[in-house]
Amino acid sequence: MRNLLRHQSFQVNLHAWLLLLPSLIFLSLFTFYPIISTVWLSFFRLDLSTPSAVFNGIGNYQRLLEDAIFIKTLKNNLWFAAGTIPASMGLGMVMALALNKAMVGRSWLRTFVFYPTVIPMIAIANIWMFLYTPEYGLLNQVLGLAGVGRINWLGSPGTVMWAMIAMTVWKESGFYMIFYLAGLQNIPRELYEAAEMDGAPGISVFRHITFPLLMPTHLFVFIISLTNAFKLVDHLVIMTQGGPNNASNLLLYYIYETAFNYWNQGYASALTVVMLTIMLTIAAIQFFTTDRKIHYS
Amino acid sequence: MRKISHLIMTLVAFLWAVPLLWMVATAFRPKHLATRISVEGPLTLQNFAEAWQLAPFPIYYRNTLIIVLGILAVQLVTATLAAYAFARLEFKGKNLLFILVLVQLMIPTDILIFPNYRILRELSLLNTRLGIMIPYFATAFGIFLMRQTFKSVPYELEEAARLDGCNLLQRIWHIYVPLAKPTYIAFGLVSVSHHWSNFLWPLIVTKDVAVRPLTVGLSIFAKSFETGAQWAQVSAATLLVIFPLLLAFFFFQRQFISSFMQSGIK
Repeated sequence: MRNLLRHQSFQVNLHAWLLLLPSLIFLSLFTFYPIISTVWLSFFRLDLSTPSAVFNGIGNYQRLLEDAIFIKTLKNNLWFAAGTIPASMGLGMVMALALNKAMVGRSWLRTFVFYPTVIPMIAIANIWMFLYTPEYGLLNQVLGLAGVGRINWLGSPGTVMWAMIAMTVWKESGFYMIFYLAGLQNIPRELYEAAEMDGAPGISVFRHITFPLLMPTHLFVFIISLTNAFKLVDHLVIMTQGGPNNASNLLLYYIYETAFNYWNQGYASALTVVMLTIMLTIAAIQFFTTDRKIHYS
Repeated sequence: MRKISHLIMTLVAFLWAVPLLWMVATAFRPKHLATRISVEGPLTLQNFAEAWQLAPFPIYYRNTLIIVLGILAVQLVTATLAAYAFARLEFKGKNLLFILVLVQLMIPTDILIFPNYRILRELSLLNTRLGIMIPYFATAFGIFLMRQTFKSVPYELEEAARLDGCNLLQRIWHIYVPLAKPTYIAFGLVSVSHHWSNFLWPLIVTKDVAVRPLTVGLSIFAKSFETGAQWAQVSAATLLVIFPLLLAFFFFQRQFISSFMQSGIK
């Protein structure tokens, strides 16, 4: 009997590992191994003038601290996050609140705020180039009617980040809206009925019921939008190449430039390690905020 | 109050539609009217014809289709097998493996462009369609999504199949897969639209027209007109690239939205 059980458990273990094997092979090759190899390579000098890797200690990391462009991209990433996250979360929530009520053409309205989610960032970049371009762009033409002079949105360091932020908010709000719509469904109807009986005004219902009870959704959407703020760079390839003067450069794009334009592989690895650290930090935030119970006042 | 929110929402939806409408209008009108805000002039397909001729879009289309369907096919297999193991089997190292899979959700493949490029070079897969696809063959998102669904399948069904003499793979195929159909559709929509849109990775990996997907082709097409005089053709080309996605979305709107809602875990 014992032998039989042992045999069975051996078989289950074997089956499980075999079933997981295909996924594990690809995960090892393109997630685990690259993480380890990039950390390793970040301690070496490997660039166009150093064709085979030479140990460099923390040289690449020291260079990070002195690299004005790297610091600029980090700052830009923070501005990009600060500009896109509250705006797109807020808009997503407001859209959900509006669309949560029965209204004429509700599904059409939802369609037209959600469609930017399904089209590629590179196509969005083309579309928005055409809104922003100084001479023929829709934006300047409309502003021109109001008597505002020509603004080179993507060509001036003062406006380019705002232009990127506006485009990203446009792309993401509809996506976040669907999470808020789901979140609103989870709020018990009785709470609203009770508030109505107490004669609570709409704004206070929102403040004391809707907004706090959406807390899990806020956290969840915040994590997604924070990750996206570091992941979205496709548009830079077409719109600005990080310019002018690195005013729109972001960390992932700088990794791309360092690795594939300058071929500085050691330094690109150190930059990737920074990116990894950021992603792990976001994961830690998520872990510590969602695993604990969220208290409502 | 209700009227006001309806009005505001209509206004927002209109504002959100403007970029698309502006591009559609440009794509369908004669070039000399391309950048004017007006409704004059005839509609034309000339811009599409020219875009289609100026760049090898049929090849780009073929490549994108091969890439998205290839990724999806492999993902469905790897994720189904792994999901079953996590949902139904008790084995040594389960928790550790689960955490390892979780790593892919925390560290998206998209940020590992540089180390993955080096691996692809070692595997001699640079400038191939397989090279574009292979980093996405394992999908933590798919595994978690299907595991969740598999867990809700009644255990008795599997027991009955086992007594009928079905082996493990047969049980997965005949019991779990059919019952998880809605999950497969949701996963398929998210995976296809995600990889149809993917840009930076294929840009890095490809060098030849023969293997380039639509997004990379479009960016090269758009960049070749940096003077800005060819908006009509670029708009037409952009529309060519996003048309299947938009069409699918407008038809299966509800399905898309609920699928993307589940994609939140990625």
